[in-house]
Amino acid sequence: MSGDIVIEAHGLTKTYGRATAVDHISFSVERGEVFGLLGPNGAGKTTTILMLLGLTEISGGDVRVLGFNPAREPLSVKRRVGYLPDTVGFYDQLTAADNLRYTARLIGFKAIDREKRIAAALDQVGLSDFADKGVGTFSRGMRQRLGLAEILMKGAQIAILDEPTSGLDPHATSELLAIIRGFKAEGVSVLLSSHLLERVQSVCDRVALFSGGRIALMGTVAELGRAVLGGGFVVDIEAEGAGLAERLALIPGVSGVEKTGIAKLRLHADRDVRPEAAAEVVAMQGRLKYLGVQEPNLDAIYTRYFATRPDEEMPMKEGTLHAA
Amino acid sequence: MRREGSAFQGLGVVTLKELADHLTSIRLFVLELLVMVIALVTVYLATEQIRETTAEDPFLFLKLFTTTREQSPFSFLFFLSFLVPLMAIGLGFDSVNSEYNQRTLSRILSQPIYRDALLFGKFLGALVTLAIALIVLWLSVIGLGLLFIGIPPGGEEVARIFVFLLVTIVYAGVWLALALLLSILFRSAATAALTCLGLWLFLYVIWPMLAGQIAQIIVPPDPRYTALGLQTPGTAVLEQILSRLSPSTLFGEVVVALLDPTTRSLGPIYLSQMQGAVLGAPLPIAESMLIAWPQTVGMVATAILLFVIGYVIFQRQEVRA
Repeated sequence: MSGDIVIEAHGLTKTYGRATAVDHISFSVERGEVFGLLGPNGAGKTTTILMLLGLTEISGGDVRVLGFNPAREPLSVKRRVGYLPDTVGFYDQLTAADNLRYTARLIGFKAIDREKRIAAALDQVGLSDFADKGVGTFSRGMRQRLGLAEILMKGAQIAILDEPTSGLDPHATSELLAIIRGFKAEGVSVLLSSHLLERVQSVCDRVALFSGGRIALMGTVAELGRAVLGGGFVVDIEAEGAGLAERLALIPGVSGVEKTGIAKLRLHADRDVRPEAAAEVVAMQGRLKYLGVQEPNLDAIYTRYFATRPDEEMPMKEGTLHAA
Repeated sequence: MRREGSAFQGLGVVTLKELADHLTSIRLFVLELLVMVIALVTVYLATEQIRETTAEDPFLFLKLFTTTREQSPFSFLFFLSFLVPLMAIGLGFDSVNSEYNQRTLSRILSQPIYRDALLFGKFLGALVTLAIALIVLWLSVIGLGLLFIGIPPGGEEVARIFVFLLVTIVYAGVWLALALLLSILFRSAATAALTCLGLWLFLYVIWPMLAGQIAQIIVPPDPRYTALGLQTPGTAVLEQILSRLSPSTLFGEVVVALLDPTTRSLGPIYLSQMQGAVLGAPLPIAESMLIAWPQTVGMVATAILLFVIGYVIFQRQEVRA
């Protein structure tokens, strides 16, 4: 990562009358980074995205996208940024290629360039065979892929994806995430919003947890895990052997041993104690059936975070009206 | 605080796309078919009448548009004045809300264009479509007229027919601007269409009748005039002012001035004003246009006003559905 910043927001604010949809948020996205905006519906993710694109007025704060101010230079921003809206729509009466042709004309690509870009983009998302089919017959997953093809065709430096995986089946989700990883490989920065955590976790370098129009937490998934779930590792063991729990409790760094089932134990430690635990079981001639460490999981972080701060979820309700 | 670039960037692309959409739509095909059939029938009826009655008329060809068989109100003009709004409404009622409903709006607006271009393009695309349809209609009527009557139109007649075409396009523009405005106001295309048709019926059918009643309430007729079987001047003037709020009235007046060269005034006229006038003598086209000028400007202004209201609302609308 070169460390150069493509999106930078300081105190970004959006108010609708008296309701505040986005409340003084600050974040930055680096080149080639996949940045996730996570949070419940109505937390201000889409509003933030629309402000970055200059599609809605900014009530306060400062934002730069590739060095441009989206409120004053929206064309420069929109020429370089690709956007996949929440439940993207296409003109059903036109074919997939014609839909892209229209966009390509709006961007201002020359005729020869246009066809090459469209063919390459459709190929990259696996829709080449459907180029001349009407979009009316497309499934949701295909529409999302066509939306990504549009961003590829545009040659965008930043791809902004709003809920790209919502409503997709697991197979379509994996395909989509593969394409998003492809963006990263080509050095395109990706800003994606989602409320589906586990799938998104696998592609995001850093995430910002939205709550009631504010960024509650920001960092890598591991960092968030330490901050919310408390430091330390959780190691699950399934093994047989008398007095195993007591022996394991003596391993340096283990702070507690918990019995979670028949022959199942859970260790809380300040580091990864799997090698020592395995050695202990083997030394006791025990039968080791399972040994695993729990990775910090966004779902757990998310649930824990909002469970411990129910009061912070309240202001979100006002925003729901506008952000639905 | 100027925003960068031109508001019209992408205008041509949007206009061409809208035009292509309209020209390939079944909707336009049906509307055009309806109009063509009616044109054929009315022109046939008109030529029947012209053959029977008119021996010598310097503006025989113009009669094609206004005459019909006796006791039948169905002249070409009659159908035109209510079918043109229908066509304009048919093309415009879902132009903006369909972008919301198909969820294409935010995707299109995230391309390097302003909303201005999208709205202008939609208006222009539909207006060009209407213009093409009307030109085709005009040429067909003229062609049929040539076939049926067998007399070519004179130079001034052609000029009057051409100005009549331009005015009809302006009239279509008024209804298109109204349909566009309603398509911005209402997210549901059906609501927009029904509201638009309701307004059309009101302005076309009900308002002219109401205008007379309202005028009589505000300025009660003078019994002295009534006794003579005349309209009270004050009432008549007010009635006309009120009825001119409807674009259909304006269009009707312009067309009367254009297609009947003997028209000297579009309002009530005192006998003193007629002194020295040779009744029934045709006016030159420039004079006829002068008579129709305020009405024409009124229609253009209405179209611009409706478009601007829609434009301002559209600029302030949130892009998400």
